[in-house]
Amino acid sequence: MHPAYSVILFTTASGAGYGLLVWLALAGMLGLVPAERWLGIVGLCLAFALITAGLLSSTAHLGRPERAWRAFSQWRSSWLSREGVMAVATYAPAGLLAVGWVLLERADGIFAVLALLTAACAVVTLYTTGMIYASLRTIRQWHQPLTAPIYIGLGLASGAVLLNLLLKLFGYNGASWSAWLAVVCLVVAALMKRAYWQAIDSEPRTYTVGAATGLGHLGKVRPLEPPHTQPNYIMREMGYRVARKHAGKLRLIVLASGFALPIVASLVSLVGGAIGLAAAAVAALSMALGLVVERWLFFAEAQHVVMLYYGEDAA
Amino acid sequence: MTTLPAATAKKLGLVIDLDTCVGCQACATSCKEWNTGGYSAPLTDQEPYGADPHGAWLNRIHGFEVGEGANSQTVHFPRSCLHCEEPDCVTVCPTGASYKRAEDGIVLVNPDTCIGCKLCSWACPYGAREYDYGVGVMKKCTLCVDRIYNEELVEEDRVPACVRACPTGARHFGDLGDTDSAVSKLVAERGGFDLLPEFGYKPVNKYLPPRSRRDTKAIEGIPAAHGDGAPGSAADRLFAWVDRVLSG
Repeated sequence: MHPAYSVILFTTASGAGYGLLVWLALAGMLGLVPAERWLGIVGLCLAFALITAGLLSSTAHLGRPERAWRAFSQWRSSWLSREGVMAVATYAPAGLLAVGWVLLERADGIFAVLALLTAACAVVTLYTTGMIYASLRTIRQWHQPLTAPIYIGLGLASGAVLLNLLLKLFGYNGASWSAWLAVVCLVVAALMKRAYWQAIDSEPRTYTVGAATGLGHLGKVRPLEPPHTQPNYIMREMGYRVARKHAGKLRLIVLASGFALPIVASLVSLVGGAIGLAAAAVAALSMALGLVVERWLFFAEAQHVVMLYYGEDAA
Repeated sequence: MTTLPAATAKKLGLVIDLDTCVGCQACATSCKEWNTGGYSAPLTDQEPYGADPHGAWLNRIHGFEVGEGANSQTVHFPRSCLHCEEPDCVTVCPTGASYKRAEDGIVLVNPDTCIGCKLCSWACPYGAREYDYGVGVMKKCTLCVDRIYNEELVEEDRVPACVRACPTGARHFGDLGDTDSAVSKLVAERGGFDLLPEFGYKPVNKYLPPRSRRDTKAIEGIPAAHGDGAPGSAADRLFAWVDRVLSG
């Protein structure tokens, strides 16, 4: 599948934003961080900025962005519509939580309820994003039980890395839990991603060109005359794939930059001070790079069944 | 509304005969010609006279070789929307632009409300939907909804443009929900089949398999090419080397 760069930016940025929102809301509710004005302004603004930038960038891949509002209407059947609805709905409790946190410096009582609601909405939004891909039966590498959990896992992990950086920035050095939270989330996400790669590598490719044309019972089927001289939309959109040896290298980059280095750097951040702050920043930057590669690879490794008509022998 | 109708009064669709299709592309060009001025207008092309010409077409004619050696056969394979009974391309649409008509089962895209997110084309295993880069919306076979009910046309023209254009009678149009219709009888008689039935989308369009060969006997034990004239022989390699040396 052709990687849509606006969609890569959207899912990684807004994923981190929703993850940060989850952890900030829960930490404020549980009193792990004080409902202090500047932490609220910087933290919630960062989360809102990531989410909003992501959502706006996602409209860039539309043929008719000016009609994007129509996408809120078909939540009964469409995961893409559900994602749009949930993404916007999350602003309501999150906005009210921000009012309590920033203006009243409170995250208890009704604001604790709002915090819980914010975290729940953010997780559901991440799930709906994953389900857009996981629900497509035509793309084996996406139609996997781990696809949606990984979208949640990576959102929460990148959010935890950002929260750790934020708390180090505000000098909450006593709060070692944020570093451990980042490490646990990263380890869980890395294990899920590895299990996902094992699943897509070991699964048999069940669809053949013989089945796609219904001619397999007559013998081996191979393309003879293409229907057009130049690649059409189908080939440009669905025909993109990364060479297998490159995929192996890129997976290593994802493991190293997206998970290994952020885990080590998050542990180093436990020492606190300037070193701790620098380590937390390294974790965030490294994770960002790793996530972009991960998302690019998620598209480039995905093989669409329709390419059976264009020379692939199995999918 | 992108939820599917529980049932459709008719199941209008095509029956495509892979035995008689000669791959002449008349159906594809006729389709493009009608639809660039009809419901889907315009069907734009990009760089039509440039180095990389491409555009939105609703019908694509592949050629496949089936079987081995002297026993192989060429099968021309038209590919377009199958107007499935339970297609995901309709249900994934976030705007309601993609829909299946309750009255006749035709799957359509409303070009005025499509946002061009392309998700429906991702959901289709048959490659039936092509994004129109010029207009920014998705295009697909309309079963010539603007011909088949069009009383301005003489009666024999009230069929899809591809069916009207086919010089060998390889394309048939009718109600596949009516077991007494000519197309349903044809499917029953010739063993018409679904493409990728395991997806469960229940295609309405059917394909008729190539007939078994009656005029020529299948050849047993085809001898392998060998000797000086065989491709890849020592002589071939010598001349290839000479060619490289001389052209270097």
